[in-house]
Amino acid sequence: VSTALPSTGAIHAPATAEDIAAARTTRRQLTPQRTVLHVFLAVTALGWLFPLAWAVFNSFRDYNYTSTHGYASLGGFTFQNYLNAWQRGNFTHTFLNSVQITVPAVVLTLALSSCVAFVLARFSFKFNLTLLGLFVSANLLPPQALLIPIYRAFRSIPLPFWMSDSGTMLNSYWGLILVNTAFQTGFCTFVLSNYMKTLPHELYEAAQVDGASILRQFWQLTLPLCRPPLAALATLEVTWIYNEFFWATVLLQSGDKFPITSSLNNLKGQFFVDYNLLSAGSVVVALPPILIFFLLQKHFVSGLTLGATKG
Amino acid sequence: MSVTSPTPAKRVRRRTAEGSPDQPAGTKVRRVTGIDRVIVVLMVFVPTALVILLVWLPALASVALGFTHWEGIGGLDTIQWIGLENYKNIFTNYPPFPPALQHNIIWLVFLFFLPTLFGIFLAVLLDKELRGGRVYQTAFYLPVVLSLALTGFIWQLLYSPDQGLINALTGAHVDWYGDPKVNLWAVLVATGWRHTGYIMLLYLAGLKSVDPSLREAAAVDGSTEVSTFFRIIVPVLRPINLIVLVVTVIDSLRAFDLVWVVNKGRNGLEIIAALVTQNVVGEASRIGFGSALATIMLVISSVFVAIYLRVVMGDPK
Repeated sequence: VSTALPSTGAIHAPATAEDIAAARTTRRQLTPQRTVLHVFLAVTALGWLFPLAWAVFNSFRDYNYTSTHGYASLGGFTFQNYLNAWQRGNFTHTFLNSVQITVPAVVLTLALSSCVAFVLARFSFKFNLTLLGLFVSANLLPPQALLIPIYRAFRSIPLPFWMSDSGTMLNSYWGLILVNTAFQTGFCTFVLSNYMKTLPHELYEAAQVDGASILRQFWQLTLPLCRPPLAALATLEVTWIYNEFFWATVLLQSGDKFPITSSLNNLKGQFFVDYNLLSAGSVVVALPPILIFFLLQKHFVSGLTLGATKG
Repeated sequence: MSVTSPTPAKRVRRRTAEGSPDQPAGTKVRRVTGIDRVIVVLMVFVPTALVILLVWLPALASVALGFTHWEGIGGLDTIQWIGLENYKNIFTNYPPFPPALQHNIIWLVFLFFLPTLFGIFLAVLLDKELRGGRVYQTAFYLPVVLSLALTGFIWQLLYSPDQGLINALTGAHVDWYGDPKVNLWAVLVATGWRHTGYIMLLYLAGLKSVDPSLREAAAVDGSTEVSTFFRIIVPVLRPINLIVLVVTVIDSLRAFDLVWVVNKGRNGLEIIAALVTQNVVGEASRIGFGSALATIMLVISSVFVAIYLRVVMGDPK
């Protein structure tokens, strides 16, 4: 579930966090209590990383070596698993599929949600609260509960063959992108409208006096000021839609269309599983979100905890 | 749709008098006119139409189809209305349903009592501004960026019966993902691995927003750290507590990916979301029956969606 907190987000109040830190530095001495805390956290953190580390470790080991010496051994290091996994998982192809789904979906989600958020923040219509509720709760409904009508409708909506080689919305990226967009728009609208509400309204009044149209106010005033939440949301949404599994699995039926997340099954053999190969595949699939996380950690965390100063 | 905007003067006054978003009656409003009006209507209409068409209409359609019998092959005229028949069948005559419901409940209780509370506990520890706190935080949070499907694969390396680490270390011969007696717990541990970090992050953000003077005042009064936390911090963080609860409930209800990659929700891993999917995708196409199951999910989730809405949008202070 994606959610936003009704609290001061990291973006809004970097100063507060620093203040707290500053206020507490005086107490930062290494007492026995603190040492216990450090040991506890360090051990737990290592335990937390272990499953991932184990996958990375074994992804570099030869299957024949580990099957004779057991996994609790050292040696048999090789890079071959990655080459094999890349080939068997068809990762070049499936990664491009993921890009083809993720990029349009994220762009569309951010575009649509900033439009609604702008109107919700800029004007005070009677229907504002209802509309926001409609968007926010749409994001929380279980997708499986909507599967049947969507599946059935997509199957009977024809698309020209230049758009979809299946001839219908089912088994085409168009349908998948739209569904992902519809689901994610709620969360983004919520975060963006809360952020936009914090922008001083006098800005719009000045723009209005200068004769700027609504579209110009949106494009040249609001959007540039909303770079921080847009960056945070883009980071989050890329990760989420890249990771999305349910809709991709049920709406795309031919294996050659699957995004990378849904294609790990290709690495499972019919009769036996080469776990080293599977590890290599898992590491490859995990790499893009992990890279995004480390490169854009600040955006990632603020996106998740960003919500709303309500005022 | 009447597109209006309060005059600047009114707007300023309204913004100072917070908590009353409705305009007083008789306020002079300036209409947005001409092309601007078209733009505003489009900016609202296009996204709203998408969300209604792809979320709300399907939700309503699921409810309606739950009262029908339909193989989904012919046109809409082949739909037969059968009243509550599907529900009667689900509760009395559909063997996977009781275990699925039970598993969803176990899922919720487990997520709540272990990963959620542990995530909160970690957040409280990390809130102490330890040296290296960032590093710990990253370690706990890292699984959150991975998909649940991928989580299933990563844990398979520990769970595999003949080559998994757990059996190698303990000498057991358990098929952790395959044996219906244990596979639910195996899947729950993997889910919890990811859930903990998420809750930790949410709660940590909440803790950071607590006014430090509250703690200081409590410390001056001689309150211990533990009692300050339970008597002051937890009540102040009521909205976050509710959100964490709702997130946990909704995640338990939506649980799907992990179970689907393990065995498509069979043999010990029945859950409602997987049952719905099994009834449409694949050879058996029982649209009416599947929709009734979907409706049950919708009803349960709507309660918590309502709570969530009240928390994030209700009574602005």
